[in-house]
Amino acid sequence: MDINDLRSIFTVLAFIAFIGIVWWAYSDRRKATYDEAAMLPLDDDSPFVPMVPSGPQVTKNQERKSS
Amino acid sequence: MQSQATYNYKVVRQFAVMTVIWGIVGMLVGVIIAAQLVWPELNVHEFLSYGRLRPLHTNAVIFAFGGCALFATSYYCVQRTSHAPLFAPGLAAFTFWGWQVVIVLAALSLPLGFTQAKEYAELEWPIDILITLVWVSYAVVFFGTIVKRTVSHIYVANWFFGGFILTVAVLHLVNSAAIPVFSAGVLTPKSYSAYAGVQDAMIQWWYGHNAVGFFLTAGFLGMMYYFVPKQAGRPVYSYRLSVVHFWALIFTYMWAGPHHLHYTALPDWTQSVGMIFSLILLAPSWGGMINGIMTLSGAWHKLRDDPILKFMITSLSFYGMSTFEGPMMSIKTVNALSHYTDWTVGHVHSGALGWVAMISIGSIYYLLPRLFGKPEMHSKKLIEAHFWIATIGVVLYIASMWIAGVMQGLMWRATNVDGTLTYSFVESVKATYPFWTIRLLGGLLFLSGMVIMAYNMFLTMAGGKAVDAPVLAPAGAH
Repeated sequence: MDINDLRSIFTVLAFIAFIGIVWWAYSDRRKATYDEAAMLPLDDDSPFVPMVPSGPQVTKNQERKSS
Repeated sequence: MQSQATYNYKVVRQFAVMTVIWGIVGMLVGVIIAAQLVWPELNVHEFLSYGRLRPLHTNAVIFAFGGCALFATSYYCVQRTSHAPLFAPGLAAFTFWGWQVVIVLAALSLPLGFTQAKEYAELEWPIDILITLVWVSYAVVFFGTIVKRTVSHIYVANWFFGGFILTVAVLHLVNSAAIPVFSAGVLTPKSYSAYAGVQDAMIQWWYGHNAVGFFLTAGFLGMMYYFVPKQAGRPVYSYRLSVVHFWALIFTYMWAGPHHLHYTALPDWTQSVGMIFSLILLAPSWGGMINGIMTLSGAWHKLRDDPILKFMITSLSFYGMSTFEGPMMSIKTVNALSHYTDWTVGHVHSGALGWVAMISIGSIYYLLPRLFGKPEMHSKKLIEAHFWIATIGVVLYIASMWIAGVMQGLMWRATNVDGTLTYSFVESVKATYPFWTIRLLGGLLFLSGMVIMAYNMFLTMAGGKAVDAPVLAPAGAH
């Protein structure tokens, strides 16, 4: 096995890693997190987070702040 | 309520104002060299000759205008989406003054003839060292702010800004490696590249293309992901697409550089790798463009009377156009026609004026009133005028360069039946004059737009006071 085989393996691994990222980004588990993150530029003008459903729910964004 | 901490807007204000000033300077030099091509008599002195002013133009528009725009917008975005003021404000101030010194040194040394002769990396080694210091400080301020954020997410725009900062640091360090010349035992500002031959060429274009990919693309995409949602008042169309967009760009851009060296001494397989990765790049580029434009879906009516949004959406259209054109030009057979012609110049300006400058202009128009405590820019009509003048300017510029480039390519490859060249080089130069004149007009229009912007900016600043918005308080405080 010469260095070119290693290069080929690295390219394939990088490709698999990328497919993994796509799969991870589109998994349902990430949806809520992403919806919340997407609001970051918009909820910075007001002290209240407008997209938070009413109730005592605390978003991840606020969690870190109060700790 | 006790006195609240505020975001550090001072450094943002400084960079935002200098973006406009350096924009005018850099584009003025561009107009001058465009005029020199039409009227060679304008090469009045060696300091002001085309060969010396051309690198000054590219450095001024990319690093002075584009650089200041990136500093301003990234500092603004990272503070506000992290809900924390800038880390190390002293260091942030150093990045401003250090960067201005770099620009002034470039404006002096390039006309004087000090150059490493590497495209977009012409500055000699003492300036390179200062750039490194400023850039490391920039990284410390930016990533320090992310570390002290009071929200859990790192907004996607900050990923793009962060990727841009890290990559540019690596590119600059590797490509600028040089050995200074000692003359009679004295250290001189002259240096020679640490690399030789085709490796030197490959490293230069690995740098050059990634300067396009990370300085002129990733950084401005960061701008897009923050300021387009802001101005449209809606979250980005698809956050998951933005995550995939980021990683796809990171995985592919690095390998596209060899397309600058088609049909050279570079090994053929390397050229093919460069071509293939350039073609792949179409996918993430268009994914990002669609994500930006679709952010407006359901709110298209806002485009009708918001000139700032017009700038942003038009910039994305030019981004889409030039990232389609780029992969196409990287195909070897197309490149055989396009390379060394004005088509390349047109392509670069479709990206630089259409995409980079327009998204920056839109973002700076968004920032200025907020930084100077005004509800909006002094005159919306002038923004509208700026938009149309700039758009017509870009279209004139790139259309004339397309025609000129294809014409030059066809003339250079035309042969007679006996195998001799149909045209001499100077005949293609002569045939290009009308198009260079149209290009000059396009550039002049774009520059006039920037002058209008400066006028609008100073009237917005007049009577305004520098304001620093309060940092968003922890949730418990309400």
